[in-house]
Amino acid sequence: MNEYLMKLAEDFKISFTNNFITDDRWQYLTKGLLVTLEITFFAVLIGIILGFIIAVIRTTYDKTKKFKVLNAICKLYITIIRGTPVVLQLLIIYYVVFATVAVDKVLAAVVAFGLNSAAYVAEIVRSGIMSVDPGQMEAGRSLGFTYGKTMWYIVLPQAFKNILPALGNEFIVLLKETSVSGYIALADLTKGGEYIRSRTYDAFMPLIAVALIYLGIVMLLTYLVNKLERRLSKSDRG
Amino acid sequence: MIEVKQLYKSFGPKGSLEVLKGIDQTILKGEKVVIIGPSGSGKSTFLRCLNMLEMPTAGEIFIDNEMINGKKCDVNKLRMKMGMVFQHFNLFPHLTIMQNITLGPIKLKNKTKKQAEEQALELLKRIGLSDKAYAYPSQLSGGQKQRVAIIRALAMEPEVMLFDEPTSALDPEMVGEVLDLMKKLAKEGMTMVVVTHEMGFAKEVGTRILFMDDGMIVEENNPKEFFSNPKNQRTKDFLSKILQ
Repeated sequence: MNEYLMKLAEDFKISFTNNFITDDRWQYLTKGLLVTLEITFFAVLIGIILGFIIAVIRTTYDKTKKFKVLNAICKLYITIIRGTPVVLQLLIIYYVVFATVAVDKVLAAVVAFGLNSAAYVAEIVRSGIMSVDPGQMEAGRSLGFTYGKTMWYIVLPQAFKNILPALGNEFIVLLKETSVSGYIALADLTKGGEYIRSRTYDAFMPLIAVALIYLGIVMLLTYLVNKLERRLSKSDRG
Repeated sequence: MIEVKQLYKSFGPKGSLEVLKGIDQTILKGEKVVIIGPSGSGKSTFLRCLNMLEMPTAGEIFIDNEMINGKKCDVNKLRMKMGMVFQHFNLFPHLTIMQNITLGPIKLKNKTKKQAEEQALELLKRIGLSDKAYAYPSQLSGGQKQRVAIIRALAMEPEVMLFDEPTSALDPEMVGEVLDLMKKLAKEGMTMVVVTHEMGFAKEVGTRILFMDDGMIVEENNPKEFFSNPKNQRTKDFLSKILQ
């Protein structure tokens, strides 16, 4: 029994060395991780900014019938983005939209995932804005605030608080979705694991390692979102 | 200071539901006008038209001789002159009481944070809630919330205060504290337009009572005459029902 365990440990050590230490293969994972984080971070940024803008346009149209054309464009945008797979969007952005310009692959991925995320964030934010009591808008307007300022100071902060769990979820999904970046031969975290596997012909070690890294980041993200949620909910305690 | 000419308001597709059917009214500075009437008579709609929370379908409204429902009028400037108090308070739940009161003065009247906070503390002292300055609205009772809502409007230093059923959402024991504050305001000479079901308040504070029914002002008079000697049959019916 003891001997068996010893052999298992020895196998593990050899496999670990072979997969991560030899030729500094661990660098595929760390470099890949950096690329994944970079794509996710900037895509989230685009997603939030564009998503909020789309949501505000859509709700403003619903309430006041202004921005008729913009609203139609936003609706079409959301329909297309939500109606097609993200991998396809990534391929189209890289091989069609940026076909004639030599663009950095990371930039193409940031644009693709950012535009994709924006459509989902827009619907989340829109639901958040609609969840705020219309009396809040009226109270703001009655003090003399413009529609835009009431939105900014009064409605959006409350909407943001309501949608934080859904937003956190969206960004976790986004982080994991970037794992398809390999389709445009981008060396992200998943691709890093794949690369090691193709060198060592050992699937277990690199793939499980990659999975654990994703899991770790998602847990960290979840923790941060929960913390922010608790901070924002201090006005709820009666 | 407020002049309303032939005011009409309809809701629904193609204006199928006519709520206000031609209202003419002049409200002078310092008056305390109390609007009463059965529910659905258009009282709140009339009040909300005065600061353009509802867009009139037809007619003209003048505030200080300036027509407010024309294209040229800056509605936001106008609203700064008119404080509004809502049935459901509408305090901003994500801000402290202090921030609720100072947000308008700081962002719209270019007051410094310090000036606005001093003014807010002064107002809070008046209603005996200075210890709640840094609490959130959810930590206040209904009566306290409504009193804060009133001083939030006052912090903008309005010329007129509009009250849309300010005590209708309150527990009975909290109605008094809100009415007391409104009485104080009235004594200080504030011009007030109040939609309410509190007949005691109407009698005591009102300088003029408007009785609305079915989108029109059916009868108006000073409180004494109005309550002791109503002329219109609909007014009589209404008063006999609520004064039983």
